[in-house]
Amino acid sequence: MKKFLEKLGVAGLMTGALLVLTPALLWASEVTAESPVPMDDGTAWWVWPIVLLVVTFIMGIIAVLGGVGGGVLFVPIISGFFPFHLDFVRGTGLLVALCGALAAGPGLLKANLASLRLALPVALIASTMAIVGAMVGLALPTHIIQLSLGITILGIVAIMLTAKKSEVPDVPKADNLSSALRICGVYHEVSSKQDINWQVHRTPIGLFLFIIIGFMAGMFGLGAGWANVPVLNLLMGAPLKISVATSKFLLSITDTSAAWIYVNQGCVIAMMVVPSLIGIMLGSLVGVRILKVAKPTFIRWMVIVILAFAGLKALHKGLTSGGIL
Amino acid sequence: MHEIKKEATQEQVLYASILEKGMLIGLGFMFITFALYVFGIMKPAVPLGEVAGYWNMPVHDYLVAINTNFLHLEQLPTGWGWVQLVGKGDFLNFIPIAILAGVTIVCYIVIIPGLFARGDKAMGIIAVATALILILAASGILTVGH
Repeated sequence: MKKFLEKLGVAGLMTGALLVLTPALLWASEVTAESPVPMDDGTAWWVWPIVLLVVTFIMGIIAVLGGVGGGVLFVPIISGFFPFHLDFVRGTGLLVALCGALAAGPGLLKANLASLRLALPVALIASTMAIVGAMVGLALPTHIIQLSLGITILGIVAIMLTAKKSEVPDVPKADNLSSALRICGVYHEVSSKQDINWQVHRTPIGLFLFIIIGFMAGMFGLGAGWANVPVLNLLMGAPLKISVATSKFLLSITDTSAAWIYVNQGCVIAMMVVPSLIGIMLGSLVGVRILKVAKPTFIRWMVIVILAFAGLKALHKGLTSGGIL
Repeated sequence: MHEIKKEATQEQVLYASILEKGMLIGLGFMFITFALYVFGIMKPAVPLGEVAGYWNMPVHDYLVAINTNFLHLEQLPTGWGWVQLVGKGDFLNFIPIAILAGVTIVCYIVIIPGLFARGDKAMGIIAVATALILILAASGILTVGH
């Protein structure tokens, strides 16, 4: 039964991945002209929201199983293969990442896995820079953003392929800044039945990196879990569980600031946003159940392949619309 | 010397409970407002059958196009301009989005007095600065030129 469920889950995900990358959607991307004249491709109005709902549902499953945020999958895939302009995709992507963080945040904070003391200083920098990133992103020509998005996604693929993780990094001495701000804590590790005391070091460098992370999150509407976790865990030395949980909670603050810029600029179409949020949330719920029987390594590789393909597609679109290809 | 506890701090629990309530209210509203919109109970500003003609445009062109064809406003509905259109099914959906994007600001405002009361001045100042940044982002003052 377990094997059957495993095979069923894998087959379902493969079908999902194929659906996400189906030729019909490839065709759809070709009609993403920047025309100020309303375009009618003959498709009934309800088709795209339903396709969006189905694809984001699958994306929600894959995101949970692959250990990535919804935003990082949403923006490259939807901008690459759907007829929506990148402005709306980025606005929706931020709201997708924001809602995922809002849903997970309270539980992680109450369980003391997400640390408010670690998140507060980081959030100040990241949310400020997310505003700057969003404003720059909305001011630049679309092909430049598309091109940069492609490069960024391929960079994320490289990070996913190479980054290591450390369950409980060795932090011999907390730095002066983290000591002054009392960024430390203790959590109960269920697997080892131990209370783990933690502290962080290299805080100034870590905070500096959040300038870049916040900027990119706002510019591309990606969320930023892919960058938050390595910085918190590998550089600053927070335990992996604390890093993952704090990163997820952090997105609720960083994405709030960037999301407001997109909302105030008008980058919200209810017919795109609501099906996406419902799809991702339902998919995440199903993903958590499948997680018990799926093979994480296989899923992780699938996410890497999908992201690499979406990154190349974004790169191609950027080069084509910029007249370079 | 401050004792490090295994349990979440008072302000962390307070923050979490407000975040949770805001998220649930926002999502609940989102289902209701979207149903009102998509089932045609509230008439949208942009007819359902015509939305697909606009979502492929850059945001500025989209706003100009829907304003010219449907809204006929003196100014484009940027910033909080959507408030005057909440009587329309599509723009009604901005209310839950604003709740979801606004709940973090409320969380910050609520925990600030507790931080200062416990003598946690540095974190208090950081929280005040972040709240101001988020309020600035939400205010609509920051605009992007085209």
